[in-house]
Amino acid sequence: MSERIREKLNILADAAKYDVSCSSSGGTRKNDNKGLGDSHASGICHTYTEDGRCVSLLKILLTNHCIFDCAFCVSRKSNDIERAAFTVEEVVSLTINFYRRNFIEGLFLSSGIFKNADFTMERLLRVVKKLRLEERFNGYIHLKTIPGASEELIREAGLYADRMSINLEMPTESGLKLLAPEKNHEEVKKPLAVVQRQLIQLKDEKKLFKSTPTFVPAGQSTQMVIGATPETDKDIMHTAAAFYKDFSLKRVYYSGYIPISNDNRLPVLGSQPPLIRENRLYQTDWLMRFYGFHVNELLNEANPHLDIDIDPKLSWALRNLQYFPVDINVAAYKMILRIPGIGVSSAKKIVQARKFGKLRIDQLKKIGVAYNRAKHFITCADTPYQLKDYQGTQIKTFILAESQSKYLKHDVQQLILF
Amino acid sequence: MIYLIDGSLEGLLCAVYEWFERKPGKVLLKLEHYHQPDAFSKVFAVHNDSKKADRVWKGLQKKLDKAWMRRFYCTFLAELPEAYGYLFEFACYIFSSGPGAEGNYGNAYVLHVAQTAKKVEREKHRMEAFIRFQHAADGIFYCGIDPDFNVLPLIMSHFKHRYADQQWVIYDLKRHYGLFYNLERVEEIYLEPEAERRLQKPCTEIQAEKEPLYAVLWKDYFKSTNITARKNTKLHVQHVPKRYWKYLTEKISI
Ligand code: SF4
Repeated sequence: MSERIREKLNILADAAKYDVSCSSSGGTRKNDNKGLGDSHASGICHTYTEDGRCVSLLKILLTNHCIFDCAFCVSRKSNDIERAAFTVEEVVSLTINFYRRNFIEGLFLSSGIFKNADFTMERLLRVVKKLRLEERFNGYIHLKTIPGASEELIREAGLYADRMSINLEMPTESGLKLLAPEKNHEEVKKPLAVVQRQLIQLKDEKKLFKSTPTFVPAGQSTQMVIGATPETDKDIMHTAAAFYKDFSLKRVYYSGYIPISNDNRLPVLGSQPPLIRENRLYQTDWLMRFYGFHVNELLNEANPHLDIDIDPKLSWALRNLQYFPVDINVAAYKMILRIPGIGVSSAKKIVQARKFGKLRIDQLKKIGVAYNRAKHFITCADTPYQLKDYQGTQIKTFILAESQSKYLKHDVQQLILF
Repeated sequence: MIYLIDGSLEGLLCAVYEWFERKPGKVLLKLEHYHQPDAFSKVFAVHNDSKKADRVWKGLQKKLDKAWMRRFYCTFLAELPEAYGYLFEFACYIFSSGPGAEGNYGNAYVLHVAQTAKKVEREKHRMEAFIRFQHAADGIFYCGIDPDFNVLPLIMSHFKHRYADQQWVIYDLKRHYGLFYNLERVEEIYLEPEAERRLQKPCTEIQAEKEPLYAVLWKDYFKSTNITARKNTKLHVQHVPKRYWKYLTEKISI
């Protein structure tokens, strides 16, 4: 018995790991039924994989049987792999027992499509209902919507899940058609729209009735696979921006493609996943969501690709030197956010601290500004007088030289500074 | 001038009170415990008085919002010898300045308190993440920890809310005290050395029958989620510093 469950877990966790969503935040389910668990506004990573990704949820497939044959997916019909399926009870018991030991924040449940979309969706629904209603489980649940499932089932699932998501898979319709002829973006938009409509409707009702049920409180997300098809960074981020806007998504995830098949439509086996590119896309996403950048400022006809050697904020600044130098002691918060080397928290501290007097270089350093980067773009109380007006390319050289000496000992992939 | 305190929050607050009573100029705050008397410096032993401490605490509450009061408390829980001094200077600065002085990150003590509190909050958060309960034969979920900072008071409510329907014990092996949740409320407990030893894990003596299975399943799961093509040990260790590995079921080999 315990051997079989180990086997299933190995197969079905292995198949689910390519879904990069790991967030367990944004749910605010209080434990007021004296049951098990709660979910916080900010999630908890209980451990990290050896590749450095957060593990906060038990991320598994209900089954890896699938009637479809998407080229980028390990579970595709034509792939010769071991197949397995959990029972509803097994998923519930694993979730509860992992949760009780503080291994996880909750469950991320996805599935291959067996029989048909509704049959599969109905099973997923049974798992979440059992967890919520019978086990009084208040931990986080992220449920994957099965493309093509009926509106009824999707709406009911939303009453029990904290987050729902459905993957775009490829950033453009043509990319998707190439690798998964049975799929299309319309099929993704439909359930996203169902959930969004319901969210809006319930929000209105909440104003009238106190007892309106919670519905997908942590919102919706989606995922795109990067580097399997030839889209530019501009294509990717413009798609992301459109989905953020049209479906008020909480997150878009970008998953660098890891070759898993010999299909000649795809990068060859053994090629490295585009990790730096993936990182740059997340940084761009971040700039859109938290730094007030419009996608067009970062990626446009003239600049369809993100720089690999420098982050997108620095890259924008170097292309827009006319806005600099910014005077730290008078500039608007919004403009301070745009200075390379200054993040959200230092920007906030600067705005507070300067009420007490003009800020100097040593104070900026202590506040947490990456001064050697920022110095090319700012003036403050004791900025040394500069005769030379440097070009963007020169500044880039200075910064690269400086960060290379600093990071020589470190992994290049870790450059996540703004 | 040296002020000696006993290391309690009360003592620290009383030191602030005494300073405003006497205004002795620059003082150095030291812990009784570490103090080596010498012939030259004047020493004043701060006497603990809950009324005085209370007045200082209430006074601070009037000047600082909740977030700052929490920073103050967290910095205290850091138990760092130098942090008592920061807190003392910080409190004196706040009382001697107009409203909003805590926003002055240009002030060394404001910054110190903010930064120390951040470190403590980080460890608090890590404990919420890295604690691994073992289900014992007596039905209680156990965990022993030895954090750098005294975070038990900070993590108590998190675990109380999360595990409202199971009995649990979280024990600080370094500070020799722990928390026990009995399905009603959380109590402070002190264990005999023998019982403490059994909290070092993994401990087969106390485990419930199914325990080894869940440990193995969790380890399996940890392995399965890894994507070898993306292996990045440096990043892994940065997120999960080695000193925490002993807590982690997935890192313990049996
Ligand atoms: S439908 Fe989903 S599970 Fe099935 S092959 Fe396509 S991506 Fe994989």
